[in-house]
Amino acid sequence: MSTTGLIDAAKAQLGRDLRLVWRRRGDAAQPVLFAVMVVALFPLALGSEHEKLAQLAPGVLWVAVLLSGLLTLDSLYRSDAEDGSLEQMLMSPLPLAWLIAMRVLVQWATSALPLLLITPLLAQLLFLPGPLLMPLMLSLALGTPLLSLIGAVVAALTIGIRRSGMLLSVLALPLYVPVLVFGAGCVVAAAQGLPWIGAIYLLAAGLALALVLAPLAAAAALRIALT
Amino acid sequence: MPATALPPSLLLDVRGLCFARNEEPVFGPLDFHLAPGEALLVKGGNGAGKTTLLRVLAGLLAATEGSVQMDGRLVDQGHLARGCAFLGHLPGHKGELNCLENLRYGQAIGVPGAGTPEQALQEVGLGGFEDTLGRHMSAGQNKRLALARLRLSSAPLWLLDEPYANLDLDGIALVNRLIGDHVAAGGAALLTTHGAYAAPPVPIRTLELSA
Repeated sequence: MSTTGLIDAAKAQLGRDLRLVWRRRGDAAQPVLFAVMVVALFPLALGSEHEKLAQLAPGVLWVAVLLSGLLTLDSLYRSDAEDGSLEQMLMSPLPLAWLIAMRVLVQWATSALPLLLITPLLAQLLFLPGPLLMPLMLSLALGTPLLSLIGAVVAALTIGIRRSGMLLSVLALPLYVPVLVFGAGCVVAAAQGLPWIGAIYLLAAGLALALVLAPLAAAAALRIALT
Repeated sequence: MPATALPPSLLLDVRGLCFARNEEPVFGPLDFHLAPGEALLVKGGNGAGKTTLLRVLAGLLAATEGSVQMDGRLVDQGHLARGCAFLGHLPGHKGELNCLENLRYGQAIGVPGAGTPEQALQEVGLGGFEDTLGRHMSAGQNKRLALARLRLSSAPLWLLDEPYANLDLDGIALVNRLIGDHVAAGGAALLTTHGAYAAPPVPIRTLELSA
């Protein structure tokens, strides 16, 4: 397979998926709104004590982003499986993993990236101290694509089962926990004045590994689930 | 057409193919082959296993026993029959995209062939529907759009599952013409039907499946 062929296919896949997100933009905005609502409810429920909120802020932000990502997982391949597009992707002479990588990229860019961009605002809502914004943004920037990639593998495994939402969450959450621990933990460490860069390195290493392996694993899982 | 450049060897060679679902045999054992310039009509009533056979040939289902060789390469669970064009019961394109967008994507991920999406739409009688969303079209029109995707692929082997379903008389003639052109250009086609439709005007063999 030539490089230009791969790039053309990537453009076609990205173009198609972005168009689909735009045509169903009401559905696409849902996870972002969900995360914003969760974060907005915490100050209302806990009262407006700055110190208490600031202490909880990293965990709350991370959990909100993680759960909103979980909401988008089931839709990753569902509609393609239902209308036969996935069969056409499986039969394509192009590597399935490559097409899936593009699919995941669009999913991340349309659900996690907007959240990442408004994180400084959400952090303000929870009185997160200014110096902690840097580790929070870094950990989310590395952690959210990692969550999307792990989720893509799990969603591929459950595609053969209708109404797999609950199973999907049960399977994905244990794999999400390490990312959450390092991501939120890094911000908490920074808050206590401890070195926090180590957790960032670990997240970066995990992301590098997942970038290469997750699309391949997801492609293999899709083949198994559909055949 | 690049299909003419193929060696005169067999495109599809099926030996002792069996498929069982939950240990209940669906079809088989089947032995047949398909050379370039040939069409094979798989006949059988509802539930005879026609769709299952096509999905096994495409590699979308794993055979219980036997082997499928496509262009000299073994097709099995891990190695799908890449490079053959598959038309199933599902449309294979998105309802939220219009005809042109669907065809351009299909062309980009399929086996690249000659012709433009606009020409293909004209040919299948969807001229003027370029900007119509898939979900705003009838089942027959969606079938025609899937046929246009097939027309744009240069895959030598076509696997067509009930290609006549949902189509009007004009559409049935269209399917026959497309298959005729493809076979005349040195391709091969394997199509299933439950027997109520006219077969394409090409050298054709039939394979009967019984329930």
